[in-house]
Amino acid sequence: MAADPARPPGSPRAQMPHLRKMERVVVSMQDPDQGVKMRSQRLLVTVIPHAVTGRDVVQWLAQKFCVSEEEALHLGAVLVLHGYIYPLRDPRSLVLRPDETPYRFQTPYFWTSTLWPAAELDYAIYLAKKNIQKQGALVDYEKECYDRLHKKISHVWDLVLMQAREQLRAAKQRRKGDRLVIAFQEQTYWLVNRPPPGAPSVLEQGPERGSRTASHVHMTKSADFYTREIEYCRRALGRTRVKSSVCLEAYLSFCDQHGPHDPLVSGCLPSNPWISDDDAYWVMNAPTVAAPTKLRVERWGFSFKELLEDPMGRAHFMDFLGKEFSGENLSFWEACEELRYGAQAQVPTLVDAVYQQFLAPGAARWVNIDSRTMERTLEGLRQPHRYVLDAAQLHIYMLMKKDSYPRFLKSDIYRGLLAEAGILLETKRRVFPFTRRPRRSSPSPALLPTPVEPTAASGPAGGDGVA
Amino acid sequence: MCRNLHQVAERVEALGQFVMKTRRTLKGHGNKVLCMDWCKDKRRIVSSSQDGKVIVWDSFTTNKEHAVTMPCTWVMACAYAPSGCAIACGGLDNKCSVYPLTFDKNENMAAKKKSVAMHTNYLSACSFTNSDMQILTASGDGTCALWDVESGQLLQSFHGHGADVLCLDLAPSETGNTFVSGGCDKKAMVWDMRSGQCVQAFETHESDINSVRYYPSGDAFASGSDDATCRLYDLRADREVAIYSKESIIFGASSVDFSLSGRLLFAGYNDYTINVWDVLKGSRVSILFGHENRVSTLRVSPDGTAFCSGSWDHTLRVWA
Repeated sequence: MAADPARPPGSPRAQMPHLRKMERVVVSMQDPDQGVKMRSQRLLVTVIPHAVTGRDVVQWLAQKFCVSEEEALHLGAVLVLHGYIYPLRDPRSLVLRPDETPYRFQTPYFWTSTLWPAAELDYAIYLAKKNIQKQGALVDYEKECYDRLHKKISHVWDLVLMQAREQLRAAKQRRKGDRLVIAFQEQTYWLVNRPPPGAPSVLEQGPERGSRTASHVHMTKSADFYTREIEYCRRALGRTRVKSSVCLEAYLSFCDQHGPHDPLVSGCLPSNPWISDDDAYWVMNAPTVAAPTKLRVERWGFSFKELLEDPMGRAHFMDFLGKEFSGENLSFWEACEELRYGAQAQVPTLVDAVYQQFLAPGAARWVNIDSRTMERTLEGLRQPHRYVLDAAQLHIYMLMKKDSYPRFLKSDIYRGLLAEAGILLETKRRVFPFTRRPRRSSPSPALLPTPVEPTAASGPAGGDGVA
Repeated sequence: MCRNLHQVAERVEALGQFVMKTRRTLKGHGNKVLCMDWCKDKRRIVSSSQDGKVIVWDSFTTNKEHAVTMPCTWVMACAYAPSGCAIACGGLDNKCSVYPLTFDKNENMAAKKKSVAMHTNYLSACSFTNSDMQILTASGDGTCALWDVESGQLLQSFHGHGADVLCLDLAPSETGNTFVSGGCDKKAMVWDMRSGQCVQAFETHESDINSVRYYPSGDAFASGSDDATCRLYDLRADREVAIYSKESIIFGASSVDFSLSGRLLFAGYNDYTINVWDVLKGSRVSILFGHENRVSTLRVSPDGTAFCSGSWDHTLRVWA
């Protein structure tokens, strides 16, 4: 068989590291001392050496990788699917049975990584051999392939038939045992590389990666490119790196704090909707619900970000700011968000509206920014773009985070909410736990009228919450 | 000598036994499922497949609500808009298109389709930013790009990857605009959306990076690669801090996501399995069987009550 020596760099073979790993496993399985127990297998009158049983394969894998039998069986099944191990009794079915069923290891010559991609010429020769050997030996899909190949490479068909006959003649001179083994090996190779319709194609990789267009991306190494590289390196060198120990501790405390709020780790009350088919959990935690749960109110205390992310939390915070006569800060921040993530065409309008309402001298809801930031912002407003208010927005955000937020957490509003929020009791177990509850549907967000958010442009006075 | 996360986490209590099962199976795609995304309502999802079909499901009831057929095959990217009123998708057509969702029986969804992004190679990933009006895309042409949905205008492009970009994720940060991307050049790169510059890069994987996802605090991100490992990179320490691998895991990880607290990392693999990792201790908590072909996409629901996996076996499964 002709292997393809001239494989282009970055070829699919390099992109299949799992093949090499499977091969290493299979090689260690054949180790005379540490490998799977080998025995000779009798097939009708012929004796095939170096066979293993499915059960031994599974147990060897379970022991070697310290995994359960279920996982070992799955791993073994994957090896069989890729043709690294083939069954002796039912060679067309690449399935691993964890019993006395005999299997054999594929010869490296036929490994997928050795002979990839499979050549059409070779397939034609293989099918021709089968056809010559026994009339009607070809299965339906093989017959179709045979006819198709005959049409496609009809100009070399004489070569195909000649090769086929030559290989059959050479095979006759071998011992029956060897002849059988080679036939199995070849058949397995073609089952993997030309699977029958309906069988999964394990070699399919999806759309090609690393094609030529991507290499064009390599920027031309101009002076500009190097300037950017130098800048990147300079920034990287100068960047403050936090000590690993500090970072790692941060994960521990984050997971610890959020653990009780993680439904998949700690469960959720009254029940996980996906498990119980009851959507009560979602109803209780809807964006606008009369009584927020205690867990939800607790989360507002974890960080300023968590508070703002919850529309209900944000609304309560807005109320609080209103009492402190600093509601314009949050409104300003929201208006800046709208600008940053808004449509490109809206940018000039939005910038102007924000300026008029929050930044102009004597504006209705003037925000208190430090003079330097104000100066820079006003300068930038001459050429408005979506990021022109970033500095001012950050200043106001930090102000709220460092000043208003901690006071909010100590306020009567927040403390009151925490106290009111009940702790839930788990729903009593139903008498008939197997009754199927009808799964309630919910209206699609696409059906609901789009909520009207108070925008800078519409400029309502007074602190109102977000819809 | 830098310590790694697993050493520091030795004193943390081990997790109990995990029993996660398939709670919903969504059948309806006639071909390999390539991508999925959750709606903010915590129950609807959009999924896309090899034959060009994009379906919106209420996965709680398993009803299909919308279906559209793209004019191309291998729709490798799809995303749900934050408002829940539109979806975006793309693939071998090199474009990213936005479809407003309509329940009007007389309207053909394909009629209102808006073509937003144009790349010179396949679209591998797309995501809306904080609103319906901006989309971030990653492409096989080695670049990422930020687009204005309304006009289709290119707002910013991101050059730096040396090969196909396969995945991206937006940072859950409170102030900045950054996102991370992973590619065939084995690099994960963090970008500043405003300037288009690469801020940080990490290169420790040994093969293509198929999936990147931020840790919930935004201080780190995880990556899944064809080298059969998942890794955790810390942004403040500027280095890799954890590897999630096992000798028995041979096939590439195609898709990763964190549970709500970041304690669990769910990863879908090309050997048809899903492995659940303890992020802090580095141990594999559970292995989930069920899919009959490779797992191509995996996302945890917005409220963390479940996660959904899509596979080349034509189905999606919701696990809890």
